[in-house]
Amino acid sequence: MLAILVFLPILACLAILFGAPARLTAIAAATINLVIGLLACCMPKSEVWNFSLTTLEKPAIHLSFSLMDGMSVVMILLSVLVTMAAVLSGKVPAGREKIWYASILLIAAGAIGAFASTDLFYFYAFHELALVPSFLMIGLLGRGDDRREIAWKITIYLGLGSLVLLVGLVWLANLTGTFSIPEMIAAGPVDPSAQKGIALLLLIGFGTLVSLFPFHSWAAPAYASAPAPVSMLHAGVLKKFGLYGLLRLAIPLAPIGLQAWLTPLLILLLGNILWVGLITINQKRLDSMLGNSSVMHMGYIFLAIAALISAPENPLAKSAAILLMFAHGISIALLFGLTDRIERLTGSIDMDDLGGLAKAAPSLALIFGIAAMASIGLPGLANFSGEVLVFLSAFKNYDPMTGLGPVQITCILAIWGVVISAVYMLRAYRRIFQGPSLKSTESVPDLSLTDRIPALLLIIALFAVGLYPNLLLNLLK
Amino acid sequence: MPWVLLFLPLIVVAVNQLILKKSGLAPCLSTASSIATFIIALLLLKTTGLHSFPWATIGDFHIDIGIQLDQLSTGMMIVVTGIGMLVHIFSLAYMKDDDAKARYFTGLSLFMFSMTGIVLASNFIMTFIFWELVGVSSYLLIGHWYQKDSAADAAKKAFLCNRVGDFGFMIGILLLWGITGTLTFDQMVVPETISSGVLSAAILCIFCGAVGKSAQLPLHVWLPDAMEGPTPVSALIHAATMVAAGVYMMFRVQLSLGTDIFQGLAASTVIAWVGGITSLAAALMATQQDDIKKILAYSTLSQLGYMIMAVGLVAGEAGMFHLFTHAWFKALLFLGSGAIIYACHHEQNIWKMGGLLRKMPTTGITFGIGTAALIAVPRVTSGFWSKEEILAAAWSSNKPLFGIAIFVAFLTTFYMTRAYVVTFLGKPRSKDAEHAKDVGPLMSFPLMALAVMAIFSGYGFMSQNLNVYRPSVEETGGHTIILAASVISLLLGLAAGFIVYQGKQKEPISIPLFKNRFYLDEIYSKYIVGYLQDALAAIIHFFDELFINRLVVDGLGRASVSLGDWFRRLQSGSLQRYAVAFVIGILLIIYITVF
Repeated sequence: MLAILVFLPILACLAILFGAPARLTAIAAATINLVIGLLACCMPKSEVWNFSLTTLEKPAIHLSFSLMDGMSVVMILLSVLVTMAAVLSGKVPAGREKIWYASILLIAAGAIGAFASTDLFYFYAFHELALVPSFLMIGLLGRGDDRREIAWKITIYLGLGSLVLLVGLVWLANLTGTFSIPEMIAAGPVDPSAQKGIALLLLIGFGTLVSLFPFHSWAAPAYASAPAPVSMLHAGVLKKFGLYGLLRLAIPLAPIGLQAWLTPLLILLLGNILWVGLITINQKRLDSMLGNSSVMHMGYIFLAIAALISAPENPLAKSAAILLMFAHGISIALLFGLTDRIERLTGSIDMDDLGGLAKAAPSLALIFGIAAMASIGLPGLANFSGEVLVFLSAFKNYDPMTGLGPVQITCILAIWGVVISAVYMLRAYRRIFQGPSLKSTESVPDLSLTDRIPALLLIIALFAVGLYPNLLLNLLK
Repeated sequence: MPWVLLFLPLIVVAVNQLILKKSGLAPCLSTASSIATFIIALLLLKTTGLHSFPWATIGDFHIDIGIQLDQLSTGMMIVVTGIGMLVHIFSLAYMKDDDAKARYFTGLSLFMFSMTGIVLASNFIMTFIFWELVGVSSYLLIGHWYQKDSAADAAKKAFLCNRVGDFGFMIGILLLWGITGTLTFDQMVVPETISSGVLSAAILCIFCGAVGKSAQLPLHVWLPDAMEGPTPVSALIHAATMVAAGVYMMFRVQLSLGTDIFQGLAASTVIAWVGGITSLAAALMATQQDDIKKILAYSTLSQLGYMIMAVGLVAGEAGMFHLFTHAWFKALLFLGSGAIIYACHHEQNIWKMGGLLRKMPTTGITFGIGTAALIAVPRVTSGFWSKEEILAAAWSSNKPLFGIAIFVAFLTTFYMTRAYVVTFLGKPRSKDAEHAKDVGPLMSFPLMALAVMAIFSGYGFMSQNLNVYRPSVEETGGHTIILAASVISLLLGLAAGFIVYQGKQKEPISIPLFKNRFYLDEIYSKYIVGYLQDALAAIIHFFDELFINRLVVDGLGRASVSLGDWFRRLQSGSLQRYAVAFVIGILLIIYITVF
C-alpha cells in the first residue's frame, strides 16, 4: 500500500506529461493518496503497508517501504494532507498546467517516499527527487524578477547541505554495514569514537535542510518567490525531512556524539528563535514574513531535539517534536496558500499597500485569522499542543535543587519567541485586515468555494489536533 | 452537569459560527445559553468533586482537562455566569442596530467558555489554555469595530501586553512543575528542601501572568485602551471577570501550595507592593480623565490593585471577597455608563453630559448605588465590607500599604464624586445630553438586578449562600482605627469632589502628568517598541543580510558561478536541462561515494 502512496503520484505525473488532463489527474491522485493516508492512521500496525523490492544485491539495497513507527504515520499524514491542499491552491499560469501539476505530484511523491523508505539509499534519493521540481518551479513559474537567481541559490545551498548529509550517511552505512534503517537502529548506537563526527555531519546536513541558523538564509527568499503550492509543500512537508532524519537516525545511532554538540545546538536554535524572530518583525512583505517565521519556528522543534539529546530517556521530547512538526506543517501551508490568495485578490503582498480587507472578505479574514492564531500558538489549535509539550519536555529533567541546566535556560529564552511571534503576526493581521478599507481592498471578492476547500481541510486538522492532541499522540504510542 | 457548564458555550460558538451566522438567531442562542449556565452554576453551588479526562497522553505523563468543584470555583462561577447573563441581556438591546451582532454574541459565548475553563481548571496547563483563550476572546471583542484604527490598535495592544505577562506565566508553571512534580492543583506539595529563593522566583514568574491579565503595573496600559470595545464587553470582561482572573489564579495557587509558605516569602512582599502601587497610580490617573469609560477603567485598575495587594498580604480571602463585590458594582457602573452612552448617541465625554439624573432616573439612581458601593459607604453597601477586610489585612501586616490604601480610598471617593456630579447633576451641556431618554426594560432590568447585588452582596447571608470566600470576623484588631480612617477619607473625598466640581462647566484643575497616564504609554511605544524592539530588529536584519547572507552565501555563490561557467559550456542554458544535470550529478555523486 505504501508503494501505491509513493508511485501513484509518480504515475500521475507521467500521465500528465503524456497528455492526461493535468488538474483532474492531479486531484484524483491526491484524493486517493489522502484516503490511503487516513487509512494508514486507522490501521498502522497492519502488514499491508510493507513493500520490498531488492534493487541491488551487493551491497544490498532494497526499494522498501514500511511504517516503522508512529512518526512515519504522522509524517505521511502530513504529506497527504498538504499535498491535497497544494493541488487545489494557487493559480496556474496559462499553458503551464503540465509542468505545474507534474511538479507538485513529484514533490509529494519524493516527500512520501522519503518518509516511507526503510532503506538509507532511497530515504536520501527520494528527498533529492523532491528538490528538483521545487527548484524548477521557482525558476520557471516563480514570482519576482530575481527568481532564477534565488532558484540557483537554493540549489547550491541545499545541494551542499545534502552533500554534507550524504557523507554522514555513507559513513553510517559503512560503520553498520547495512543500508536498512531498521537493522541499523536495532544494532544500537555506532562506535563511540565515530559518533562525534557523524553527529556533526548529520546536524549540519539535516540542519541546512531545516534552515537551522546560520544556514537559514535560503529559506525565506525561496518561499517568497516560489509558486504557492511549492511553498506549501516545501515549508510544510519537505523541510520536516531534516527533522525526521535527525529523530530517525541521528538520535538513536549517535546519541553520545550529539551530546558533544549540545551547547552549540542550543545556541543555534536560539539563533532561529530570537535572531530570525527579530528579522521577521522587520519584514514588510507578508510572504517574506511568513518565510522567516517558518525558519523561526524550526527553533522550537530543535529545542525538543536538544531536550532529547540531553536526556535520551525523556519520554516527552520526541512526541512533542513530532506533534509540533505536524502542526507547523499544516499551519504554514495554510498561511502560504492564503497569502497567494491575498496577492491575487489585491495585487499586492506589501503590507503597506493593504488594509481593511476584513470588510470585503470576511471569510478570508476569519480563516487567515485562525491560521495566524495557530502560528502564534493559541490553545485549541495544533501548534499550541506541540509548543507546550516542547516546553514541558525541556523542563522534564529540571531539578530545583541543582538549578537550571543549559536546556532549561535555553527554553526560558525560547519562550520569549512566543511574544515575538505574536508581535509580527498581529501586526500583519492589523495592517492587512483591520482598519479602514483602502481603494485596493474595498471591493475584492471573498473566498470562493474552491478556495475554501483546501483551507477547510487544513483548518479541520489544526482544530482536531489542537482540541484533542491525543488523536495524534495515540498514533505515536 | 459540570461538563455541560463548561462546553455548552463552546457548542453555541460552533453553532453560531457554522449555522446561525446569517439568520439573526445567534444573539438569542447565546443569551439562552448564558441563562442555562447560570442555572447550572446555581445548582452546582456547594458541590465538590473532581472530574477529568486525559487530553494529551505520552507514556505515564498526561495533561488532563479537568473540572475542580470546590468553594472557590463554584462561588466564582456565580459571578461569571450571573454577570455574564445580565450582560447578554443588556447587549440584546445595546447591540440591536449593529451589523455584526452575530459575531459579537459568538465572541461573548467564546468568552464565557474560556472564562468558565479558567475557573473550573484543575491543573496549570488547563488554566494556561483557557487563560490564552480569554485573551483571544477579549482581543476579538475589543476589536469588534475593527475598521476603526483605534479599536484595532487597542485589541492588538491588549493581546501583546498579555503575551508578555504569559511569557513569565509559562516559565513559572514550568518552574513550579519542577518544584512540586505535578501540574494538578490539588496534588501540589512544596518539599521542605526547596529554598525560599527558588520558590519566590517561581511564584513571581507565575505572578507575571496575573500582572498581564489583571493589568497591574507595568503592564496596565492595555486596559484603558480596551474601552474601545462595546461597553457591555467592558462590563463583563474588563471589569468583572477576566481582569479578576489574575487574582483568582493567584489565590488558587496559594490554596494549592498552602497559604503558610507564602507568609514572609519575598515574592509576597513584591506582589503586595505591585498591587499597592498600581492602586495608587491608577487612582491618580482616574482623577483627570474626561471619558466616562476611562474613569471607570482606571478605577478598575485601582480596585484590582487592592485585590492583588490582599493576595500579597496573604489575605487572599479578603481579595476574593472584594473581587466578588466589586464584580457586581463595577459591572453595574459600566452598564450604567453604557446606558448613558447609548442615550447620548455615543458621547463619552462627561463634560458634554450633565443633568442626566432628571433625564434618566433609573440609570441615575442605579449608577448612584454603584458609586456608593465603589466608594464604600459604610454599613450599607457591599464595597464597604470587602474593602474593610483588605484595609484590616494591611493594617495588621504592612502599615505603609495601609496608608496608601486609605489615600486611594480618598481618591476613589473624589474621582467618583466628580464623575457623578459632572454627569448627572447640574444642567445638560450638550444637545445629546438634553435629548437623552431613559433606556428600555432590556437594559434597565440588568441595571436594577446589579444594583440589588451592589448593596446586598456584602451581607453575611449572601456570601454564605453563594459560598464566597470571606475572612472570618473575629480575627483582626484595630477595627475602630480602620473604620475611622475609611470614614474620614470618604467624607473628605465627598467634600472635595462636591466643592471642586459642583456647577462647573469645564475642568477646573489640570494636572497633565495624571491626565497623560504618567506618559507611560508614550514611553512604551517610543522607547520599548520603537527603539528597543523595532530598531533592534532592523539592525539584526541588516547584519543578517551583511554577514550571513552576503558574505557567506554569496561567497559560496561566487565560487559556484565559476563552476556554473564551466557548466554553461556544456549546457544550453535552459532550466530544465540544468535540472536534469542536477539529478544526474547527484546520482553520480551517490554512486561514486557508495560503491
